[in-house]
Amino acid sequence: MASVSPAAPGVTAKSAGPGNGRSVLSRIWRSYVLRRILRAIFIVWLVATGVFFMVRLLPGNPVDVYINKQISEYGMSYDAAAAQAAAMFSFDPKTPLWQQYLDYLAGMTHGDFGMSILSPGTSVTDKIASHLPWTLFTVGIALLIAVGVGLVLGMLMAYRRGGFLDHAISGLGSLLHAIPNYLMALMIVVFGAVNLGIIDYATIRGNLSPGIHPEFSARFFQDAFYHASLPILTYVLTTVGTWALIMKSSTTQVLGEDYVMVARARGLSDGRIRTAYVGRNAVLPLVAQIATAAGFVVGGAIFVESVFRYEGIGITLFDSVAARDYPVIQGVLLVVTITVVAANLISDLVYSVLDPRIRTGEKED
Amino acid sequence: MAQATIAATPAGAQGAFRGFLRELTRSKAGFAGFVIVFLIVGMSIVAPLFIEADTKANTDQIWQGPSGAHWLGTDGSGKDTLKQIVLGGQTVIFVGFLAAAITTVIAVAIGSLSAYIRGRFDAIMLQLTDIVMTIPQIVLLAVLGAFFSLNSPLYLALIIGGLTWPVLMRSIRAQALSLKEREFVEAAKLLDMGTGRIVFGEIVPNMASYILINFIIAVTNAIYALVGLYVLGLAPLAGANWGIMINNAWIGGAMFLPKAMPYILAPIAMIALLQLGLIMLTRSLEEILNPRLRDK
Repeated sequence: MASVSPAAPGVTAKSAGPGNGRSVLSRIWRSYVLRRILRAIFIVWLVATGVFFMVRLLPGNPVDVYINKQISEYGMSYDAAAAQAAAMFSFDPKTPLWQQYLDYLAGMTHGDFGMSILSPGTSVTDKIASHLPWTLFTVGIALLIAVGVGLVLGMLMAYRRGGFLDHAISGLGSLLHAIPNYLMALMIVVFGAVNLGIIDYATIRGNLSPGIHPEFSARFFQDAFYHASLPILTYVLTTVGTWALIMKSSTTQVLGEDYVMVARARGLSDGRIRTAYVGRNAVLPLVAQIATAAGFVVGGAIFVESVFRYEGIGITLFDSVAARDYPVIQGVLLVVTITVVAANLISDLVYSVLDPRIRTGEKED
Repeated sequence: MAQATIAATPAGAQGAFRGFLRELTRSKAGFAGFVIVFLIVGMSIVAPLFIEADTKANTDQIWQGPSGAHWLGTDGSGKDTLKQIVLGGQTVIFVGFLAAAITTVIAVAIGSLSAYIRGRFDAIMLQLTDIVMTIPQIVLLAVLGAFFSLNSPLYLALIIGGLTWPVLMRSIRAQALSLKEREFVEAAKLLDMGTGRIVFGEIVPNMASYILINFIIAVTNAIYALVGLYVLGLAPLAGANWGIMINNAWIGGAMFLPKAMPYILAPIAMIALLQLGLIMLTRSLEEILNPRLRDK
């Protein structure tokens, strides 16, 4: 894709004189970090505000629906129903809207998203705190495996262009990329569990086997990985080919750069050229994509976790959507947004360390 | 990549198109992709004119295996699977293409305008893009689907299209930035043609092939999101399409029924084939337009 722009020769940037106004550079660097963090906070605020008004103001909003349901199903008076709705959505209907909005934001900064309708007595925060780690665990491991394997395969393909390996991985990568991850998950169940009987779907579903609790023991980790293996397999299978193909085109582009030829002419060893010159510059444009992909995979988790009944944040969202558990939906949307924004923030910062041009030359494109 | 894409000038457009077709047939994978997409889309458009869907349930023919009368067997209410497959692509393809068209139009308009105008407009649009890009789209889609019943495919297309444009906008902007330094834009400026005509009459047509590739990629993304919503049952489950078939099989537990195999695997295969065809098509289009990617 065109977004893979030819990487900067980060190697040459290193040799720039350090005496050239260090204080100025560090000030720009600091302001770059500051700008990114401010923007991240701004996005979270924007989504929070959007959700607030979506839930309360639009026609057919969940608060009204909830109040009407309480009145019609349980014969409550409007005031009682409204009071219950207020407790549910953690707002006070008697105060003016801007006051409610400020209270909502204040509650959010304390991590207070209200109570779950579906499971009374559980706060949304508790629910998310007990599910999010599982999603981050599976998605994180899968991303590490997929990116690691993909980068190595991609470089191999670029070095052996036109060879058997290149064609085989290209074809396979396209095929795997074409299958949406939830369909891959379904196929793993259909073929692995039903047709071939390799996977015992009844025991592997869920996060942990009954009787096993989170603790620091080999038994726990073994069980956790056993249950996580199918979601991880799904994520890895559907993304590794894409990484290989992106890395191939990035490496191919870098291999054509003049500084690689110069490095060869200087008689540097192949290993050094591969890592310090080609590898480094080929990976550079991918860093931002890794963060975007992380966000995408967390979003896609709603599909995959539902298939495997893996109790992560995705299935929390799916169940609460199915049951119209609005406080939980609202909380999950915000928490996932914060996760994705944080991932992007980290990638921006890592990027600016890898490629100094970004923090110094942002203005000039 | 920028230079290669810009190579075609408006004057040679027709000749370029013929050459383009020749190149397309030269790349085997790309041509195969083209054929797959053409067949599936064609089938979904033409089939409803000749075939009528089973409306009544046949309780004596539940979960039949493949046979002469029912090539792919029947579903849980005795309806023919093959018919559902042939007829079930319409919504998926319609929404996919419409959402991709919306995405592409927004991305091209904003991307090329902000590259040409620059200044504050550009800065604001870039910020907006960054914001929309970081919002988890699938999650937001699911939530929107829950809060508001999206009972028309049109709404689905609008929402998917309205959420997915930022990535494309960025690359269009990058393309337009390099294009606007070229001589023919300079000439258009000297002729005082006005911003609208320069951007949409001169710059955008020169990105046509690039836009086409990204339109196809947008179609695959839209289909991913749409079918996902159907499979989870978050989109309205009215009528029958591939996504709803998979949802039926999954919710009804049919995926543990060996006899129901064709009913589950057929729609999965159709969607995967369509996606694969589209991706193969873009890969070879990319190779045609960017000789740098070609093997030396």
